[in-house]
Amino acid sequence: MNLSVTAHSVAEPTARSKRIASFVVVIYALVTILPLVWIFLTGFKTPPDSIAYPPKILFEPSVEGYVNLFTTRSRQTPEFLESLPPPQTWYERLVRSRNMVIGGPSKVVPRFANSMIIAFGSTFLAVCFGTIAAYAFSRFRVPLADDLLFFILSTRMMPPIAVAVPIYLMFRNLGLTDTKLGMILLYTAVNVSLAVWLLKGFMDEIPREYEEAAMVDGYSRLRAFFKVVLPQATTGIAATAIFCLIFAWNEYAFAVLLTSGEAQTMPPFIPFIIGEGGQDWPAVAAATTLFFIPILLFTILLRRHLLRGITFGAVRK
Amino acid sequence: MAEIRLENVAKAFGSFTAVNGVDLTVDHGAFFVILGPSGCGKTTTLRMTAGLELPTSGRILLDGEDVTALPASARDIAFVFQMFALYPHMNVRQNIGFPLKCQNYPRAEIRRNVGETARLLRIDHLLERRVGGLSGGDRQRVALGRAIVRRPKAFLMDEPLGALDSEFRHLMCGELRELHSRIDATTVYITHDQLEAMAMADRIAIMNQGRVEQTGTPQEIYDRPRTMFVADFIGAPSMSFLGLRASPRRGDRSIAVDGVPVEMPEMLEDRPEGKFALGVRPENVSFADASRLRGQVIGAEYLGTTQIVTVTTASGQIKARLPSGKAVHIGESVGLALRPDRLSLFDAVSGQALQSALYAGGQHG
Repeated sequence: MNLSVTAHSVAEPTARSKRIASFVVVIYALVTILPLVWIFLTGFKTPPDSIAYPPKILFEPSVEGYVNLFTTRSRQTPEFLESLPPPQTWYERLVRSRNMVIGGPSKVVPRFANSMIIAFGSTFLAVCFGTIAAYAFSRFRVPLADDLLFFILSTRMMPPIAVAVPIYLMFRNLGLTDTKLGMILLYTAVNVSLAVWLLKGFMDEIPREYEEAAMVDGYSRLRAFFKVVLPQATTGIAATAIFCLIFAWNEYAFAVLLTSGEAQTMPPFIPFIIGEGGQDWPAVAAATTLFFIPILLFTILLRRHLLRGITFGAVRK
Repeated sequence: MAEIRLENVAKAFGSFTAVNGVDLTVDHGAFFVILGPSGCGKTTTLRMTAGLELPTSGRILLDGEDVTALPASARDIAFVFQMFALYPHMNVRQNIGFPLKCQNYPRAEIRRNVGETARLLRIDHLLERRVGGLSGGDRQRVALGRAIVRRPKAFLMDEPLGALDSEFRHLMCGELRELHSRIDATTVYITHDQLEAMAMADRIAIMNQGRVEQTGTPQEIYDRPRTMFVADFIGAPSMSFLGLRASPRRGDRSIAVDGVPVEMPEMLEDRPEGKFALGVRPENVSFADASRLRGQVIGAEYLGTTQIVTVTTASGQIKARLPSGKAVHIGESVGLALRPDRLSLFDAVSGQALQSALYAGGQHG
């Protein structure tokens, strides 16, 4: 009797315990979101405001950080500035008020484009290869399947920096150093192991009767795979894509090592901003804010799949 | 409509032999049931027939044409899966129409055929529903609809009623059988449920450990089991066996059980002395006070109109199906009478039935 009462109270949370739980969740959310809010706000501060102590909560917003992020500037003597024609645009005026002139656009746009191309390109490839490999491992009697799967997983076991030098040498010999193709290949190689393992779990959950029914009904295996298996696997593919994208988007060590100009991505680029013309924290914060946005959008777009995807294996069976 | 023939078909998965030389012939328009315990190879046999597995050896013929190496999509057969395998991302109409879409039928024709099929199965009111919200029975009907919509040469069904509750299963049994006659199809149906098999089959093949033990009509299988496995597998309760040592001779009309001669169908073969088992179905056992074959009642199971009484004798336990009105007392000593024309004698070592008038005659009675 007593036991059943205890079990009952465990199974159904009371209103009070629900309130406590939501309180804890809200506090946790605030704690995690605070640094992000801070970065976002710093992007709209002036450089003096950004390093003011005590920190300024209320401040007059400025887009100076963003202007500095997108331009290269040089400091000039007041005499030289006097000799120039008056500034034409609002951002020229802003820069001029700091005794500087705009030299030209900064590298942020091409760097951002590099990040997009490399991250999405490698994610696409990793998910494609991962889906095909996972399907094969899940459905066919692959010789030495367990050993192969372990081998694939083992590529993730050592710290990447352990292979930094060999990879650097290989890339140099192949002419892949500082190329987008090289970075896409590298991130694909790293991500494909994750993709195979995640997707194999999802494929195993899809009853093989689905594609067998389609095959009996007149589809070839390939068509059954595209028309029947893939629609079933979208959840898993979306979840896998997000994990791969986050890795490729944030990767720093190899990007520093293997890219310097042409193919440089945002992670190694952002620290460079600090160096140009003193410690320009608003520009760094502005870059970081922009850096968030794609991954944020991608995650929001796929969030329904992601949530279902993560719990997929857990709830059934 | 088609004739399906399997010739010495075998399938091994690594070192495990799932199907070990199966020969079967399914006639045009027959409702053929493959019955066996789980793991006997019946599903693998069906999957090879469908083209979902490649046999290790042997041939599969569809209407005389060798289709052993053809992929499933080229065989023009329909497969109904135990778990229905309805596509969750499609509604009922799309599910049923899927096989036609696969073969690029025009849209108007798909629509018409799907409507016709749905009416046949009485699910036309569900066509626009998602399959996720359907009951088990309706899902089963949709799965059947997907199978019959393109009128294939043959239907292969892998325990299609296994996922339904027992009451509904009974109803669907009747519907399936009726559907089979109405669309005049060749059907191969797999089950481990003997009642389902008995109720629906024109012919039954009993499989065990990758081999076909016996093929025949339900009545043949029940009355004249070829092996002890079949005798034991079919019937509830199953056949009772009395162990004995003997050296049966051609022309013998009785055999000694525990020293008591028991009348049986005429033997048609000679055997050296060895261990044998006399098989008798519960309904062919009755109590006879005068009989010298005696045993002690150890249990009675009340079934409504009849009761199953378990009697232990010196040669083994025997079950008798008696009218439930008969008073039976546990511990009581009783005489047993066995119906002579329905006894089977098995080689206790190989499990094979010995040739006797019962098997040769072929008379039902």
